[in-house]
Amino acid sequence: MAYTSIVELIDNCTDVEELIDRIIANDANERGISCEASFEQMKVLWEAMLASVNNYDGSLKSNSGLSGGDAKKYEDFRRNGGGVVGDLLANLITNALKVSESNACMKRIVAAPTAGSCGVIPAVLITLYNHRKANLASFQPSLIKDENVSKDDYNFTLDDKIVRSLYLAAAVGEVIAYRASIAGAEGGCQAEIGAASSMAACAFAYLNAGNIKQIMHAGALSLKALLGLACDPVGGYVEVPCIKRNVTGAANAVTSAELALAGIESRIPFDEVIDAMGEIGRKMDISLRETSTGGLAMTPTGRQYLPKQD
Amino acid sequence: MNIFDIMGPIMVGPSSSHTAGAARIGYVSRQLLGEDLKKAEILLHGSFAKTGKGHGTDKAIVAGLMGMMPDDERIPDSFDIAKSQGIELSVGEALLKTEYANACLLNLESVNGRSLSIMAASLGGGRISIEQIDGIDTHFSGDYPTLIVHNLDQPGHVAEVTSTLAHKSVNIATLNLYRDKRGGYAVMIVETDQDIPETAIKWIEHLEGVIKVTYINIEKQKEA
Repeated sequence: MAYTSIVELIDNCTDVEELIDRIIANDANERGISCEASFEQMKVLWEAMLASVNNYDGSLKSNSGLSGGDAKKYEDFRRNGGGVVGDLLANLITNALKVSESNACMKRIVAAPTAGSCGVIPAVLITLYNHRKANLASFQPSLIKDENVSKDDYNFTLDDKIVRSLYLAAAVGEVIAYRASIAGAEGGCQAEIGAASSMAACAFAYLNAGNIKQIMHAGALSLKALLGLACDPVGGYVEVPCIKRNVTGAANAVTSAELALAGIESRIPFDEVIDAMGEIGRKMDISLRETSTGGLAMTPTGRQYLPKQD
Repeated sequence: MNIFDIMGPIMVGPSSSHTAGAARIGYVSRQLLGEDLKKAEILLHGSFAKTGKGHGTDKAIVAGLMGMMPDDERIPDSFDIAKSQGIELSVGEALLKTEYANACLLNLESVNGRSLSIMAASLGGGRISIEQIDGIDTHFSGDYPTLIVHNLDQPGHVAEVTSTLAHKSVNIATLNLYRDKRGGYAVMIVETDQDIPETAIKWIEHLEGVIKVTYINIEKQKEA
């Protein structure tokens, strides 16, 4: 059975590792497989995410000719000393562009939760993963101040920990899909990039030793930040503005998690934020829900990319 | 809905409805044809016709028809691969009678001369529905092991098929019946929870009044 609310998902759980164990067990139980088989399946998704970044080809152009090569351009810019942001944010930008551009150029990606928003979660997780691997010493469980977090939680390997974070993100995504939507055609871009960003924020907060309360505030804060976002793809293609919005979604996930880790809270509970997103989606005009008949798609420049009508 | 409906699938971009769904339509159609493809006429409807080219919908359908899954990285090159295998392709547009925005009609011919006409729709998120086979309503997804029995519309065929499955301990998930007219040509669509053994399929094939039996199990195909 799908999770219908964040309150139900958490259900008096205080230990996030216990919560994740429960999510895995529920999935295994529901599909009549073992927890190990479920975990292996999630691991395959994580490996595919890593591959989608590693297999990026900056020389590719999309079929429509609208996109391709921007991640390479940004990487070159950084390599030559350009840019003002720190390495974490820079790598986040690069990875989000790489995955989203790969998607536009018919390369293999993981829909998370959709193809249009496929860059957000991998960007957040892979960036963190690479930073951790590069500097494992900086990741010291002894720094954890929260008494609710057990030191034993850090006995997982980094890879396992990331895979576990995907369960957390997916369970949150399931609540968003149930209460609101994860389809641009139903809820606009807030339902795709918004949902992906919210899921990624929860995973990022978890991977940075956030407790359940902080994790859910991270999710609420990030979804709130993107409420009302229209789905108005130029020419009907998953490219403009989708690709660069994956960068926005990834950065928003990290900043929201950062706020939550500092103890800053969302005044509106997560479930209510999700409900608001659903309501906004239903009120959104059809021209702003993936029909390419409004917004950016209908600007004088956007119109030039519409497919020829017969 | 489960966790992996949210996270995943692994697919070749850019669109779950226009690319992954299209590849799946091709793949399921190839399984239904049951033999290698010789010739295909692909007619795109609605949004498939409008933005299909930019989304690689045509390439994805052709890839699926050659047995490639939605995550196959050869999808962008499917036309060249088809050409090298001597497969004849034509792609056009058609206005189909369907409620879905993304749909297509596939007129297929196998290397052994078997022909099959399939109308299918992409529902979003990579999910699909086979709407018609040879002009008869079907409405199934291919997510489950699916048995399609074409038979004469006469008493007893449902009982024969369901009792055969019961003997093999196969649980029926859904069962749908369609026919062109009373006493005419009927199609039975049976979705099951377990794989159906070949002996059961052979048994059903030889029953009097049964015209044709097709069986697909995509999960099993993937493992093979």
